[in-house]
Amino acid sequence: MTIYAGITTLTLARWQFGVTTVFHFLFVPLTIGLGFLVACLQTVAYRTNDEHYDRMARFFGKLFLINFAIGVVTGIVQEFQFGMDWSSYSVFVGNIFGAPLAIEGLLAFFMESTFLGIWIFGRGRVSKRVHLASIWLASVGTMLSAVFILAANSWMQHPVGFKIDKATGQAVMTNFWAVITNSTFFGSYFHVLFAALLTGAVFMLAIAAWHIRRDQQKESFVKVARIAIVVTFLSALGTCFMGDTQARQMDTQQPMKMAAAEALYNTADGASFSLLTIGDLTGNPIFQIRVPHLLSLVADNSWNGEVKGIKQLQAADVQKYGAGNYVPILWITYWSFRLMVGLGLLMIALGGVGLWLVRKRRLEKSAWFLRFASLMLLAPFLANSLGWIFTEEGRQPWVVYGLLKTSQAVSHVSVGYVAASLVGFTAIYTFLAVIEIGLMVKVARKAPEELSAQDDEHPLELVY
Amino acid sequence: MPHLHVLASTSPSGLQQLWFVLIAVLWLGYFFLEGFDFGVGILLPFLSKDDMDRRVMINTIGPVWDGNEVWLITAGGATFAAFPLWYATVFSGFYLALFLVLAALIFRGVAFEFRGKKQDAAWRAWWDRAIFWGSALPALLWGVAFADFLHGVPIASGAAWTGNFFDLVKPYALLGGLTTLSLFTLHGATFLGLKADGEVRDRARHSGLILAPTALVLMLGFLTWTYVTAHTTHHNGLVPPFLPILGLVVLAGVGWLMRDRLEGWAFVATALVIVIFFVTLFLNLYPRVLVSSVSPQFSLTLSQTASQPYTLKVMSWVALIFTPFVLLYQSWTYWIFRKRVRRAGPLSVSSSIGS
Repeated sequence: MTIYAGITTLTLARWQFGVTTVFHFLFVPLTIGLGFLVACLQTVAYRTNDEHYDRMARFFGKLFLINFAIGVVTGIVQEFQFGMDWSSYSVFVGNIFGAPLAIEGLLAFFMESTFLGIWIFGRGRVSKRVHLASIWLASVGTMLSAVFILAANSWMQHPVGFKIDKATGQAVMTNFWAVITNSTFFGSYFHVLFAALLTGAVFMLAIAAWHIRRDQQKESFVKVARIAIVVTFLSALGTCFMGDTQARQMDTQQPMKMAAAEALYNTADGASFSLLTIGDLTGNPIFQIRVPHLLSLVADNSWNGEVKGIKQLQAADVQKYGAGNYVPILWITYWSFRLMVGLGLLMIALGGVGLWLVRKRRLEKSAWFLRFASLMLLAPFLANSLGWIFTEEGRQPWVVYGLLKTSQAVSHVSVGYVAASLVGFTAIYTFLAVIEIGLMVKVARKAPEELSAQDDEHPLELVY
Repeated sequence: MPHLHVLASTSPSGLQQLWFVLIAVLWLGYFFLEGFDFGVGILLPFLSKDDMDRRVMINTIGPVWDGNEVWLITAGGATFAAFPLWYATVFSGFYLALFLVLAALIFRGVAFEFRGKKQDAAWRAWWDRAIFWGSALPALLWGVAFADFLHGVPIASGAAWTGNFFDLVKPYALLGGLTTLSLFTLHGATFLGLKADGEVRDRARHSGLILAPTALVLMLGFLTWTYVTAHTTHHNGLVPPFLPILGLVVLAGVGWLMRDRLEGWAFVATALVIVIFFVTLFLNLYPRVLVSSVSPQFSLTLSQTASQPYTLKVMSWVALIFTPFVLLYQSWTYWIFRKRVRRAGPLSVSSSIGS
């Protein structure tokens, strides 16, 4: 159905999915990463009785909760939109894709929400040990939730453990173990987990740096900054390392995505990697900076390895799947890939320089580094979004690689409904983003001693 | 390229029946639990005189509402996994209604977290409105949806949806919605009677005296209509008459229990009524999952919408192993927060939580 040429249910449903997913995933990595770091701070406070760590655990705990709320409510949309906008997809994959989603609810979300409830409202009512355990269990819950959703997504990237049922035309599960030990899943889980830790750490470091520069609670924030720097460095390295592993896997499992990441038109041995291109991507750039052999190293782990080109892959796909366009939108894959990698490398540098300054005991005096660290606040969020945009756009035209095209997956709903809900959700997300940023800034700017010991969940005027 | 077919209906297998029961249990759990926190949200403007009253009310559900909502997420995921065609047909067919529910749940969820973050009366008033509408709208629309499942939605051959939004808001469905709205509100009142103290508790009790007869009239009307329809048009559901009669009797007793300050028993009673109400609907539905208003032959059944036995078996094992843990720790939260919430008197300030 169309309103006028070009605007179809499919187009709007894709936008809806993109907007919802990118928005949801701004909050999820911070929930995972910051949840873990707050649990660490609270553990140190519990063990050492050091008031600095206690204060910091509370301070970042507040920020963590502001963030958590939006992650939860947008997560429900995330789950329900498969049925709303992608009902053909849902029928096709439900036998396989539904199971991890249900298990995610049962194993991860119950744990996360229940223990977070205890953590928020239980301070003073449960023992300190139980209070500490509750944040750890909530943190484990967040990490478990990523397991199941990424197992589901990995199946879309690289379907395994299934057959096509002849009677219904559905993909049905033949081996659950194969689905949850999908080779694609391992790489993507740790890539996402490290990226989440990195997000939490850079967030913590950026805010700590801001306070250190203003000489507020300097001693506490320097302690936090040191931890954040170590975690930034290690998790940035981990993210890049896993990403590199994934690239080689992508080269065999989804060669078109690899070619699209470089906009490599023709198969090449010892392929080079362009850092940036000005002009068009069809092979006639106005200006390009190229690093020789780098693409072959990334894709094949060898100096002169062969990397297949888009033209050859398109021809092969037509042979295999029939007539059609099997090339994703290249400017999206090309730029999202390099910007993501570039930001990742920048965050390794942030962690590395930070470590060096910590070692030289010059962290709190280095104004330029503190300013740089605060500016880096947005980097992990941008990199996370670009990573998902790359991996999902790079798989197009497929929604389940090699099995189901996105155009076949969409619901038979009127374009007006999708338009209305797209406008509605976008308006809601924008509103939430404004409120969220406002609250975050308000809380983050206050020195922790201004945040009174009592808070609204435990007003002094209430008793139990 | 896949071509999806809907098979002819057969009688459901044991595994399919089991999963129908489990999905029903997840929805029952959701309505029993979130039912009272919807009710508290709906009663928020009516039972409070100032911000501290509202804080008392919200804190009765504060630690648990999010866990309650996970029952919905799990019910959605389990329906997706066990009955993909049911999930896909309902969620795309009820498109705008679901959008409204999601929008309501979004505002409600963030409102609990955000309202206390500023000491500003206008800020809090806006979020309190979000809590009210975000609770009332889903409480109404879930009833509309479940009534529609049973009364019929415009699906033709091959689960093809042929209607629009207004096919979903027929008088029967609206009566179903008003019934759940009144039941959840009453459930919230009995919960506040059990969990709050002081004036809020008194007001909750008084509201129960008005709400209980209202809910009784609505539920009587809705169930009568349901039974008349079941016996005249589509005869194939299970329709044991003792169940709704029991529900109505229990509901009639809630008023007395509230008047006699037996709020704990009143809460048990409203929980029982909600469970009976939805069990009646699910039994009437069986072995169908979605009735077609176009023709009975297009109604979707368990066997047509279910996943293959392998998926259902895997899911059964997962459910068998992990559900006990979930029930255990979720019950434990309710134990931790078992005490009533009230304003502190002048003497008890020092004993309250300042840490």
